[in-house]
Amino acid sequence: MSAVPHPLAPAVRVWPALRAVYVAQLSRARVARIPLLFVATFQSIGIMVLMRGVVDGGSGDEARAVVAGSAVLVVAFVALNLLAQYFGQLRAGGGIDHYATLPVPAAAVALGTAAAYASFTVPGVIVTAVSGALLYQLPLGGLWVLLAVIPLAGAALAGLGAALGLLAPRAELATLCGQLGMSAALLLGVLPAARLPEPVRWLRELLPSTYGVEALAEVLRPGPDWGVVLVNLAVCAGVGVLALALATWAYRRAAVSRPA
Amino acid sequence: MRGLVKTYPAPRGRRRRSTGAPVLASDGVDIEVAAGEIFGLLGPNGAGKTTLVRQLTGLLRPDRGSIDLLGHDLVRHPRRAARLLAYLGQESGALDELTVALAAETTGRLRGLEPAAARRERDAVLDELGLGPLAGRPLKQLSGGQRRLACVATALVAGRPVLVLDEPTTGMDPVARRAVWAAIDRRRAEHGTTVVLVTHNVIEAETVLDRVAVLETGRVIACDTPGGLKALVGDEVRLDLVWRDEAPLWLPAVAALRPGAVEAGRRWTLRLPPERARAAVTEVTTGPAFAALDDFTLATPTLEDVYLALGGQGEGLVRA
Repeated sequence: MSAVPHPLAPAVRVWPALRAVYVAQLSRARVARIPLLFVATFQSIGIMVLMRGVVDGGSGDEARAVVAGSAVLVVAFVALNLLAQYFGQLRAGGGIDHYATLPVPAAAVALGTAAAYASFTVPGVIVTAVSGALLYQLPLGGLWVLLAVIPLAGAALAGLGAALGLLAPRAELATLCGQLGMSAALLLGVLPAARLPEPVRWLRELLPSTYGVEALAEVLRPGPDWGVVLVNLAVCAGVGVLALALATWAYRRAAVSRPA
Repeated sequence: MRGLVKTYPAPRGRRRRSTGAPVLASDGVDIEVAAGEIFGLLGPNGAGKTTLVRQLTGLLRPDRGSIDLLGHDLVRHPRRAARLLAYLGQESGALDELTVALAAETTGRLRGLEPAAARRERDAVLDELGLGPLAGRPLKQLSGGQRRLACVATALVAGRPVLVLDEPTTGMDPVARRAVWAAIDRRRAEHGTTVVLVTHNVIEAETVLDRVAVLETGRVIACDTPGGLKALVGDEVRLDLVWRDEAPLWLPAVAALRPGAVEAGRRWTLRLPPERARAAVTEVTTGPAFAALDDFTLATPTLEDVYLALGGQGEGLVRA
């Protein structure tokens, strides 16, 4: 059109873009997802009440596993299941075009959305963990570790959920994968590892939420071994980075390859 | 755009066996749009309009050909499109659950505006399009036309030099349409904004476009001003006759009109030289023919007539 190229508008850097996506997604979650957060929380509390019938109170392995597993399940419900659905629908409906024609890094959209969904789980996880600790007479003193467990397990599960949603060839498959992932987090998180058969225990090791559950279960013990907590959180962080990298790659792939 | 070719692979059925021929969605398209022009792509559904703008916006890579946007090679650097143009796609999925105000503000932020500037532009655009009263409502609670208007607002935020709008006024009432065209005209007058518009609405195309390319199965079959295109069909006029029931074919005057008519239910559409049309109107508005006639219109040619005269096969154009 002209001899001198028109100056390009500035590309938006990762952080401001991530913040804008995060703020928008969090507000959208506030409007549309609060009923689902209630469902997630009540589901976890319901599981704990149900299990209370067969598991004794006090800090035995089973009681700690049930409470830690139920608390992290809230994260799995929102960050993995709902995010997989969200990205599955966004991709299928062509909504990704909106972001793909804005000068923002792919990472900002994938990470901002994942972070918003993970943050959104905070009240549900805290309510579940506190009521579980009271129900099973576990010490509440170590629950501040949730401040690390929620973002780290949130990163791992949200990354996985986003990747599933973006990679699934159809929106229905994304929903199915999200549901299956959540069921896995439920069964493998709530039951104590020692009770599971060997192959299932392997599967449990592969699930990103497991390390968050282990860290939380450890601090529910009187006199927790902080080394174990730290190692589990570190693994969780490592898995989180991998999952988010996968989500970013999946987003970039979805943004350029969607047929009209 | 020069010599643009985009082929979609043949649709594949189960077991990855090909179920048809590859689809040639852009077949050697050459289009040049001048700066500050409102340029339209007109054609029925499936003509390749959206495929073309998706290549222009960097969403789709052409198989062959070149795209030069304001001096930038978009085939080599597709990501630059996002820094030069604003695109309004047909889907609002990414914004559906945001409020109108937040959708506009976030889009402004993601086009690189500082927070204060994004809020300022948000308020200005919502005001300009009359969206103020809806600012706090989530998009998915709005009617189709209102939602579309909110999406137009997001496209106008952060004033890009090129706007690519895919059927921007779908579902809008006349007031909203006028607001959109006034906003676009203002940007062109004040900033020399170039607009590429996809439409299948011929009336809109005639009233707002400077030039229009008519697309048919991935090819440009004509490209000119709306007036220039209409001159192609000469001075023929269109006569529409709607019969109450069956056409009174026992009348020789009516029977004589039938071979030249395109019939759609009770409606006959005829394209005739003006004097023949006047004579036909006289024949059908007198005597027994008039008793059988429900309605008739005599109109100068539209771009739809041009499209059909140029050999267009599709019937997806809208007169509204």
